[in-house]
Amino acid sequence: MAVSIFHRATGDGLAIVGTLALLWWLGAMASGADAYGAFIACAGGIVGKVILVGLSWAFFQHLFSGLRHLVLDTGAGYELKTNKMFSILVFVAAIVATAALWGFIFMETI
Amino acid sequence: MSERTGIAKVASGGTELGRVRGLGSAREGTGHFIHQRLTAVGNLALFLWLIVSLVRLPLADFATMREWLGSPLAAVPMILLIISVFWHIRLGLQTLIEDYVHSDAPRILALVIVNFYCVAGAAFGIFSVAKIAFTATAAVTGVPA
Ligand code: HEM
Repeated sequence: MAVSIFHRATGDGLAIVGTLALLWWLGAMASGADAYGAFIACAGGIVGKVILVGLSWAFFQHLFSGLRHLVLDTGAGYELKTNKMFSILVFVAAIVATAALWGFIFMETI
Repeated sequence: MSERTGIAKVASGGTELGRVRGLGSAREGTGHFIHQRLTAVGNLALFLWLIVSLVRLPLADFATMREWLGSPLAAVPMILLIISVFWHIRLGLQTLIEDYVHSDAPRILALVIVNFYCVAGAAFGIFSVAKIAFTATAAVTGVPA
C-alpha cells in the first residue's frame, strides 16, 4: 500500500535532512548572531523555503501515517473499506495541514 | 530437548515462555518495537509543541530566539525532543538498513554510522541548548558566560 512506503520515505527523509536542519539551527543559535544570521538567510531564501515546505509536508505525512500505524497496532482498522478510507485520509490530512501551516505563516508575515 | 522441572527449570533460564520472550532473530525485537512506538508518541507531543512555538516566534530575531530557548520552559522540552527524535531515527534507520542491506560487512558499517550519527547528533543538539540556557542565566545575573 502506498501509504506505508510513504511512511518509510518521509521518515528517512526527515531523519537525514530534518535532523541536520535542526542541528544547524540549534548550533547556529548557540554560536552567535552571525552564525544565526547565516542560517536565517539560507532558510529564508527560495531554496531554504522549498526545503522547509518539503520537510513540513514530510512531517505531517509521517505524523498521520504514524498515527495510522498506532491504530492498526491495537488490532483495529483492518476491514478493507475502513483501511482504504484511512489511507486516503492520511494523504489528504497531510496536504491540508501543510497548506494550513504555510497559510498561517504567510498571513502572519504580511 | 530434555525435560526439566522445579529448580532445574528456573536455573536453565525460566519457563518455556520466559525463555522465548523478547527473543526474535535479533534477540531484542519486542524492545525495538515498543521503543519505536514510545518515541513516536514522544515525537508527536514534542514536535507539535515546537511547531506551535515557532509560528508564534520572530524567527529572524536572534536576541528574542536566544531568550526563548534559554528559558527552562523551552530548553527542557527541546532537550527531550532531541532525545526522542534521535532515539526514534536510530531505531527507524536500523530497520531500513536491516531490510535492504543483506551482506554482513556493509550492513555492520551502515549500522555503526547510524549509531555514531545519532549519538553525536543528540550530544551536539543537547550541548547547544544547554549552552544557550546556561549563558542566558549568566546574562540575567550579570555573571559573564
Ligand atoms: C510526529 C510524530 C511521529 C509519529 C507518530 C511517528 C510514528 C512512527 C511509527 C509508528 C514508526 C514505526 C513504523 C513501523 O514499525 O513500520 C515510525 C518509523 C520511523 N520514523 Fe517516525 N514518527 C513520528 C515522527 C518522526 C520524525 C520527526 C522522524 C525523523 C526526524 C521520524 C523518522 C522515522 C523513521 C526513519 C522511521 C523508520 C521507517 C521505516 O523504515 O519503516 N519519525 N514512525
